[in-house]
Amino acid sequence: MQQDLVHAIKSNPKYHELISKRSKFAWILAALMLLIYYGFILTIAFNKEFLAQPLWEGAITTVGIPIGLGVIVSAFILTGIYVFRANSEFDRLTAEIKEEVL
Amino acid sequence: MRLWQNALTALALSLVAGAALAAGDMGEVKKQAVNIPAIIMFLAFVAGTMGITYWAAQRTKTAKDFYAAGGGITGFQNGLAIAGDYMSAASFLGISGLVFINGYDGLIYSVGWLVGWPIIMFLMAEQLRNLGKYTYADVVSYRFQRVPMRSMAATGSLVVVVLYLIGQMVGAGKLIQVLFGLDYIYAVTIVGILIILYVTFGGMLATTWVQIIKACLLLGGATFIAFGALYVATEGSWAPEALFRKATEIHAKKDALMRPGALVTSPLEAISLGLALMFGTAGLPHILMRFFTVPNATEARKSVFYATGFIGYFYILTFLIGFGAIVLLMPAESGFMVTDPKTGALALKGGQNMAAVQLSAAVGGNLLLGFISAVAFATILAVVSGLTLAGASAISHDLYASVWAHGNVDEQQEVRVSKMATVVLGIIAILLGIAFERQNVAYLVGLTFAVAASANFPILIASIYWSKMTTRGALLGGWLGLVSSTLFVILGPTVWKDVLGNAEAIFPFKNPALFSIVISFAGIWIGSIMDNSEQGKKECESFEAQNVRCQTGIGAEGAASH
Repeated sequence: MQQDLVHAIKSNPKYHELISKRSKFAWILAALMLLIYYGFILTIAFNKEFLAQPLWEGAITTVGIPIGLGVIVSAFILTGIYVFRANSEFDRLTAEIKEEVL
Repeated sequence: MRLWQNALTALALSLVAGAALAAGDMGEVKKQAVNIPAIIMFLAFVAGTMGITYWAAQRTKTAKDFYAAGGGITGFQNGLAIAGDYMSAASFLGISGLVFINGYDGLIYSVGWLVGWPIIMFLMAEQLRNLGKYTYADVVSYRFQRVPMRSMAATGSLVVVVLYLIGQMVGAGKLIQVLFGLDYIYAVTIVGILIILYVTFGGMLATTWVQIIKACLLLGGATFIAFGALYVATEGSWAPEALFRKATEIHAKKDALMRPGALVTSPLEAISLGLALMFGTAGLPHILMRFFTVPNATEARKSVFYATGFIGYFYILTFLIGFGAIVLLMPAESGFMVTDPKTGALALKGGQNMAAVQLSAAVGGNLLLGFISAVAFATILAVVSGLTLAGASAISHDLYASVWAHGNVDEQQEVRVSKMATVVLGIIAILLGIAFERQNVAYLVGLTFAVAASANFPILIASIYWSKMTTRGALLGGWLGLVSSTLFVILGPTVWKDVLGNAEAIFPFKNPALFSIVISFAGIWIGSIMDNSEQGKKECESFEAQNVRCQTGIGAEGAASH
């Protein structure tokens, strides 16, 4: 890429807005996913009894079932949240930057 | 029966390779009776995919067509193809078998396999799309010295591909032996020849569509078995509670079936396994390659979203299938259990990994059994094709075109080398499948993910995000990650003790990723900060230009060429 184009983009305030917004959002979601997953794994490692409780009085289904499935569903929801914002707001910002510098 | 068996084997083989291999003694090996509906449905799949390969071959002219399907795959299609690459026969049969034996513990594995996807989405998907062209080595050599970086990335790719291939080929041979009543050697030969045909003629376009069709068949078939079993097992009430209650009454583990058991005992092992599963996914070359088949970052993101949904849904199905199998297959009167001659205990016919397949017979009779068997075979073909294409691309695009010919090579010649590499890899896959027939290959999955997480992932993420990385640092970290993860697995309990028969393992952990990932990142860091060379300074300076392209997609490989 030509050096002057890099400079033009780098000095565009929208470029900095895009980078800071997106990287903040991405790292927060990534941290959230790690927290949910390792929360689940460490509960299994240290507090099996919590997951072994019946879901309701007399049930055979344990608390662990909806929690385990919940981790799977949360992965899907988190990616959905990211795509929703990235494909609207971040793509719009990118398009504006391209329009201004190209 | 013998006659039919020979005739069908000959038919299957002549279809793919001429009748040269069809003669041979079929009577020696113990295997199941020939499953005719399964063979017919499988032949229909082969015929259909050959048609697609022919169609794709007409459209595969340039290198971009061959490696990246011309960049014209949509996000939804790519999502299905990624899911297809990830939902291997091993995960379909293995996880449902794990649930069949251990109950809740099977779910813990599923969760681990899935959570890598959001991480790929947040940190890598669009960056890969914006920086790369055909292979992930494009990304890690973007601002670094081409020859050593490509050599390392291609080595990492090939190691992962070969390890993954061994597991797939051995699994394929065994599975086909049981399901179709074909000899092991024929089974691996058929797989090898078919994938050579798909990849050499149809390139990425054919591979992608084979993957999409297989993903649809697998998702459809698994949905049918899972909900069919839920319906039959609960006598029409569809209530999971009723399914779980019956399962705990039948299974020897009783109530313990519904709670985490012995699978996760040491927190350190659990954390380490989690890291390998999570970051290993982000270092699998055949998965990373898929991000170059879509036209832009927007579609790349969509594809991960769809893939995560399909894979997550699939894992929920395998959980239901495992429990359905407990209720419908485990009672002695079901006719699906046989007495193990060694222990005298009842065991599932064909072993625990056959739970999903046997359940299809219990739910839908011979026809559904045939369908699921054909789908399992198709699954192996599709996954092996993807792996072979990734391996061939590492050889032609990275090693041949960039390292050996220093970029002075015309496109057609590069594609020709790639096709030759495909043929060689296909033959190597067949030979490896034969060589490892009697080996226990279960440890290979762990090794593959450990290597991918420790060698490929760290240099990929650091080259995208860390401006101060230099070639020297990347090489030190990448090689250290590759060597340490391999060494730790060999010296660890799975290989040193269980496979090689030594009394004590030298490295105490089964899952080395926690250590080897740290070693790799430490290598990257130390190698980079110690690097005072002019070259290193230039590489750090060029991060800005890389980052602009990475963030905005300006200058990225263009959209669909047709």
